[in-house]
Amino acid sequence: MSRTSTPTPAEETMSTDTPVRASEGGPAPHTPDAGHGARISGGLFDPAQLLRSLPDALRKLDPRVMVRSPVMFVVLIGSVLTTVLAVLSPADWFGWAIAAWLWLTVIFANLAEAVAEGRGKAQADTLRRAKTDTVARRLVDGAEERVPGTGLRVGDRVVCEAGDVIPGDGDVVEGVASVDESAITGESAPVIRESGGDRSAVTGGTKVLSDRIVVRITTKPGETFIDRMIALVEGAARQKTPNEIALNILLASLTVVFLLAVVTLQPFAIYAGAEQSMIVLVALLVCLIPTTIGALLSAIGIAGMDRLVQRNVLAMSGRAVEAAGDVSTLLLDKTGTITLGNRQAAEFVPVAGADPAGLADAAQLSSLADETPEGRSVVVLAKERYGLRERHEGELGHAEFVPFTAQTRMSGVDVGGRQVRKGAAGAIAAWVTGNGGTVTLDAQRTVDAISGAGGTPLLVAVKDTEGARVLGVIHLKDVVKHGMRERFDELRRMGIRTVMITGDNPLTAKAIADEAGVDDFLAEATPEDKMALIRREQAGGKLVAMTGDGTNDAPALAQADVGVAMNTGTSAAKEAGNMVDLDSDPTKLIEIVEIGKQLLITRGALTTFSIANDVAKYFAIIPAMFAAAYPGLDKLNIMQLSSPQSAILSAVVFNALIIVALVPLALRGVRYRPTGADRMLRRNLGIYGLGGLVAPFAGIKLIDMLISLIPGIH
Amino acid sequence: MGPVTADVLQVTALVVALALVYRPFGDYMAAVYTSDRHLRVERLVYRCLGADPDARMRWPAYLRAVLAFSLVGVLFLYLFLRVQNHLPLSLGFAAIPPGQAFNTAASFVTNTNWQSYMGENAMGHGAQTAGLAVQNFVSAAVGMAVAMALVRGFVRSRTGELGNFWADMVRGTIRILLPVAFVAAIVLVGFGAIQNFAGWHEITTLAGGHQTLTGGAVASQEAIKELGTNGGGFYNANSAHPFENPDAFTNLFEIFLILVIPFSLTRTFGKMAGNIRQGYAILAAMGLIWIGFVTLMTWVETAHPGAANQIAGAALEGKEQRFGVGASSLFAVSTTLTSTGAVDSFHSSFTGLGGGIALLGMMLGEIAPGGVGSGLYGILIMAVIAVFIAGLMVGRTPEYLGKKIGTREIKLAALYILVTPAVVLVFTALAMALPTPPHSMLNSGPHGFSEVLYAYTSAGNNNGSAFAGLNADTQWYNTTLGLAMLLGRFVPMVFVLALAGSLARQRPVPATTGTLRTEKPLFAGLLVGAILIITALTYFPALALGPLAEGLS
Repeated sequence: MSRTSTPTPAEETMSTDTPVRASEGGPAPHTPDAGHGARISGGLFDPAQLLRSLPDALRKLDPRVMVRSPVMFVVLIGSVLTTVLAVLSPADWFGWAIAAWLWLTVIFANLAEAVAEGRGKAQADTLRRAKTDTVARRLVDGAEERVPGTGLRVGDRVVCEAGDVIPGDGDVVEGVASVDESAITGESAPVIRESGGDRSAVTGGTKVLSDRIVVRITTKPGETFIDRMIALVEGAARQKTPNEIALNILLASLTVVFLLAVVTLQPFAIYAGAEQSMIVLVALLVCLIPTTIGALLSAIGIAGMDRLVQRNVLAMSGRAVEAAGDVSTLLLDKTGTITLGNRQAAEFVPVAGADPAGLADAAQLSSLADETPEGRSVVVLAKERYGLRERHEGELGHAEFVPFTAQTRMSGVDVGGRQVRKGAAGAIAAWVTGNGGTVTLDAQRTVDAISGAGGTPLLVAVKDTEGARVLGVIHLKDVVKHGMRERFDELRRMGIRTVMITGDNPLTAKAIADEAGVDDFLAEATPEDKMALIRREQAGGKLVAMTGDGTNDAPALAQADVGVAMNTGTSAAKEAGNMVDLDSDPTKLIEIVEIGKQLLITRGALTTFSIANDVAKYFAIIPAMFAAAYPGLDKLNIMQLSSPQSAILSAVVFNALIIVALVPLALRGVRYRPTGADRMLRRNLGIYGLGGLVAPFAGIKLIDMLISLIPGIH
Repeated sequence: MGPVTADVLQVTALVVALALVYRPFGDYMAAVYTSDRHLRVERLVYRCLGADPDARMRWPAYLRAVLAFSLVGVLFLYLFLRVQNHLPLSLGFAAIPPGQAFNTAASFVTNTNWQSYMGENAMGHGAQTAGLAVQNFVSAAVGMAVAMALVRGFVRSRTGELGNFWADMVRGTIRILLPVAFVAAIVLVGFGAIQNFAGWHEITTLAGGHQTLTGGAVASQEAIKELGTNGGGFYNANSAHPFENPDAFTNLFEIFLILVIPFSLTRTFGKMAGNIRQGYAILAAMGLIWIGFVTLMTWVETAHPGAANQIAGAALEGKEQRFGVGASSLFAVSTTLTSTGAVDSFHSSFTGLGGGIALLGMMLGEIAPGGVGSGLYGILIMAVIAVFIAGLMVGRTPEYLGKKIGTREIKLAALYILVTPAVVLVFTALAMALPTPPHSMLNSGPHGFSEVLYAYTSAGNNNGSAFAGLNADTQWYNTTLGLAMLLGRFVPMVFVLALAGSLARQRPVPATTGTLRTEKPLFAGLLVGAILIITALTYFPALALGPLAEGLS
């Protein structure tokens, strides 16, 4: 998989910016490129890619393609015009030089887009390999018939057995199987797909590893998930996003303003006795119109989508990526996102008169036969807190284990005449009283206290010669993932409110919410509550992002401005959301928001840079054009450029080279740190505003010095 | 007291005076435009106009009312001037010829007050008071009304309604402009400006020559001329004429009148927006540009090299001795950074760079502080552009005052900033390229070009001041300047009102710590930068061939 590649030395040297941020939101177990990929980066940028993308860049010179970017279209017309003029007076080196650099400007712009698209193409190729022609075993009235995968219709039922490639997207309606989804997710560990519930969706192109399932096809061939994924990463389905359109309008109007300024300049120049050649006027125009951002705008958008793909998130539209930057409320499911999936033993509370070490010992013994994560956590706690060596079932002779079941809700062991039990408070209490003992008031109080604090109490009881009695209570509680509090603080600084969604009762929910540091929580949440919450936030003008996987999440996913469906979820959920996370990692929502913001920042930064550049270009070109007629204007030549022709050419060359120089930045995105708007603006204005003002003075001067070294040019 | 101290004291006095009235006056204007009561006299006016002051207008209705009212104004004024000789109080002046009448009608209705005639030798008392002075009031009130409509667009949500044009216009006139102008006229009379309906006076000057002087309702005209940022002088010499502007105090007072509404409207804006500090940020951007230009102008006019200037100690040509360089520079900057165009000294005689500063002031779109109303809406449009570019840099789709700047909003703002440069540059280029118009230039070289550029910049931005030295009373100039004024005034208004309508429909986005803070100094600075880079760069080549070529030689 290309997605699992590691950084190359080339990338390290290209990335002058340090990695944007590390993902601190706990483990992202399914991220195939964990480590390298756990940051918002544009992935790889290899200068050789520029060369490889050259043919594509040249193909994009088609005026019908170019006209979509008004700024670059003007440059294209300028290139044609100057070339014609150069041909008409072939002895003039200056005309040729300007024409050549204008062509390079256009090609560099196309190159930026081609490189951005090229990275998607590589991914698409990998996906295509997964989409080999399959033969489906269609069930017709209970009988199997073999049809090509492309011949399937929605509603068809197909059989897939171990070794079969699933012929199309659908839901498992019968059976359970382990499926290899690495073709889509890059994750090699198989996943379980079974009928009913939230794990019923299967994707065409994935492979059944064991067992037999019957799949009901839910999408037409050609519109399957893998088809859409290919289209998305290739950029074929790319449409301009609202903000991109708005920016294009502004750039177009600036282009018109500068077009007016240059066109009307000629009569003024004629009056001044300094009529300008068409070549010089075109050069001036190209330098003034915002070519830098015009050239990189679409590359920035493609790269933004690509950054999501790098992180195994598929955005169904660029609009969703942009909306992610604007999100002001995040709805996060408690389990799996904020807390580790399961509750863990945090404390042993002995009843009055009981020995703590004895309680720990009993708790450990009784949990040996409990293979649930909760049971294992009891063993771990006993070892960590009381130094109890882990014991295995075989070590105890003549021991009879009582495994945990959902029916008995307890587990334990009988060794000799001693019976040790551990389990849900109600179940153990019943066991104790059933064996003639009583549950003390003290134990009952501890149980209530733990429940009240949002934890789950497990009772540990023993029956021996002294009769049945309770030894103490195990305090099970939700464990908030490491680093989540910091993460939520960060989000708060970014102006984003986090709301924890949980099915727990309000008391439990509040305890976890306080511990995790979320801003708000929704307890005992039903899908309707979730929907109502989203509507309420949206009515206040806020944009809401959420994740979901179940079919009952689908309406809320559709209603949310950014709805990220888990790939493990149902196809209804995947249809409803506007993004799909192939890793099914709900924590990724936070990164998605950051990528959205980074996309907008990159656009703004390069626009500011591009406009600020104009100041220096004026100081280069205006004296070059008019100092002969009005010698006073030579005072504007503050860069002391060597000759008028060299000055104009230097400005044009700088204008072209800056595009190439900024391609890595456009693809990688401007460095993003989650801070408040004020600091972010100050920083970016400093770098891209002031930098944009100053950089061209240095750049143009440098290029002029190099040009003046060329013999024959004065 | 040295000239520098005097200049500093003068500017300080002006700033203190403006600061004193800023709060009460700004709050008062906000109350005027948000009140739902009508005065009795206003009801009478509405009945005469046949307008319903309580009808709630969406932007197309508001725009239709603005355009209809202004069209009637142009037609009425044109007719008035054409038949002046048949009307009372004409002082025996002839009817104004068609070209000039069109130019003058367009000029006064657009709040430009470009004058291609000589006031005291062409206009009778009737035309001055019933024709021109009326437009001095209502054209200013129209500008303020449009500004209020835009502010309401930011403030209101989920409605397309922008208020009522008739109520806004009539209230602006009756509750703001008339009372302040009345008091101001009394002050001016008190300090020596004339106010009468006298006819001609033959006098013998000190040197023994003969001169004819006309009296008239000068002080009242002067008050609204400055207060409404109109600028059309009763006399050809405008505020350099002692009957209009007798001494250093009235000079400063007139500058105060020019600046008081445009600056105070930022308070009105903040008040109506429910966030005073948003108004302060806009005020800061306006004030920064204004004080920068004043400093630059005074310095250039004082320090400019050249034999004559060095002997005199400063560039004194074209300036009134009773005002001096400092007060003249202050007036010149204030009049060109607003849409006033009144002059107390002759901009053509300023140094090359000084003339360039006056030109640039107008080219910025007259937004620091700008014309009454037009300054506020002009700078708010620039704020929208600045927010759009810089707002992206905080990682959100841009929003201003809780309203998202999306495709439609940026389209309208972009069209707005396109209009004036197009009008100015295209007409100037035509005037330079066609065979006849250049004959009007009385100077050659860069200064001659500056005259033409100045004329169209002044007309396109509705300023009205002239770089003397251009014979503008020709068929070509009367027509094209008239068109430039109309286009430069009403086309932007179309976009402003459309933008207001689009903003008013939106639901506001609540501010978070991730929102760009538009009430902070950083944003004010950013706004100044955006204005200077985007607007000024458009004109840089033209400026280079005019004032820069002259000033740097």
